[in-house]
Amino acid sequence: MAEHHNSPTVGTYLAVFSALMVLTALTVWAAFQDLGPYGDLVAMVIACTKATVVIVFFMHVKYSSRLLWLFVGAGFLFMLILFAFTMADYASRGWLGAPSSYYLSIQ
Amino acid sequence: MAADHVDHHEHHPHGLAHQFEDMAQQKESVLLGMWSFLITEVLFFSGYFLTYLVYRTQYPVAFAEGSHELDITMGAFNTVVLILSSLTMAMAVHKSHEGSKNGTLGYLIATFILGGVFLCVKYVEYSAKFEHGLVPGLAWHPHGEHSPQLALFFSLYFGMTGMHALHMIIGAGLLIWLLVKTAKGTYTAEYNAPIEVFGLYWHFVDIVWIFLFPLLYLLGRH
Repeated sequence: MAEHHNSPTVGTYLAVFSALMVLTALTVWAAFQDLGPYGDLVAMVIACTKATVVIVFFMHVKYSSRLLWLFVGAGFLFMLILFAFTMADYASRGWLGAPSSYYLSIQ
Repeated sequence: MAADHVDHHEHHPHGLAHQFEDMAQQKESVLLGMWSFLITEVLFFSGYFLTYLVYRTQYPVAFAEGSHELDITMGAFNTVVLILSSLTMAMAVHKSHEGSKNGTLGYLIATFILGGVFLCVKYVEYSAKFEHGLVPGLAWHPHGEHSPQLALFFSLYFGMTGMHALHMIIGAGLLIWLLVKTAKGTYTAEYNAPIEVFGLYWHFVDIVWIFLFPLLYLLGRH
């Protein structure tokens, strides 16, 4: 089978597993450090790194066709749009000084 | 043409559906289909994560209080268990590509057991929350001073981890089905797409937990 040549080896899987364990230990350790406003950022960067490693190696995206790359990428792009537009709305409420119905309702 | 058609049927590979040209094309279509489903799952869970993000930015104190009520040891233990189960699942797919029936069976059983361990720990954690009165709507009587929005944190905690656990239970059910089919010798080195596709689902469930663990257990700890 052709796929044997572009499948990851057992060694790759073990290396990926070790990396995920190290990152798990790192995120627990970092949670107890006083990182000020960067604590959340560090935790999310570590989580995103772990997720990427799982997607690329365990889920074989690295070894898949370019169509699949595009497909997966497009899916996560829509997720980013969901987060970015919603948080842009919440973050910018009140910037213009005009009372929105939301602020009137909580007053 | 007629002769071709008959010939095609005589050499019909095991597991190849009639609408596909060959195994490679079938595999590509099956994987793309599974990823379409997983992308809808990503966006489904994003609704939960977005709700968490919006309320956490509005009530950071209540959410930090909530994090302190969770058992970080059990959360970290379950993270290790779930990542280990992803490794055994990846190995099961690897063994199925090699056509090793016993290897596939062994790693699928290991994945099933690790999934079971995860759910048992989750059960212990949920029981403790009921005992401590930290279950909004069912057993809500938190001790001492607490933010009024603490219930919001625990509603999200049970919503997100509950939906994740439901995915694990469905995964465990599918694993039993795969185990039976593997034991019967349905899968070969050429035809093993169901195992690979289930592996994608299992890794996805692992990824959801990779985000749930820091968001619920770790943030606001120090």
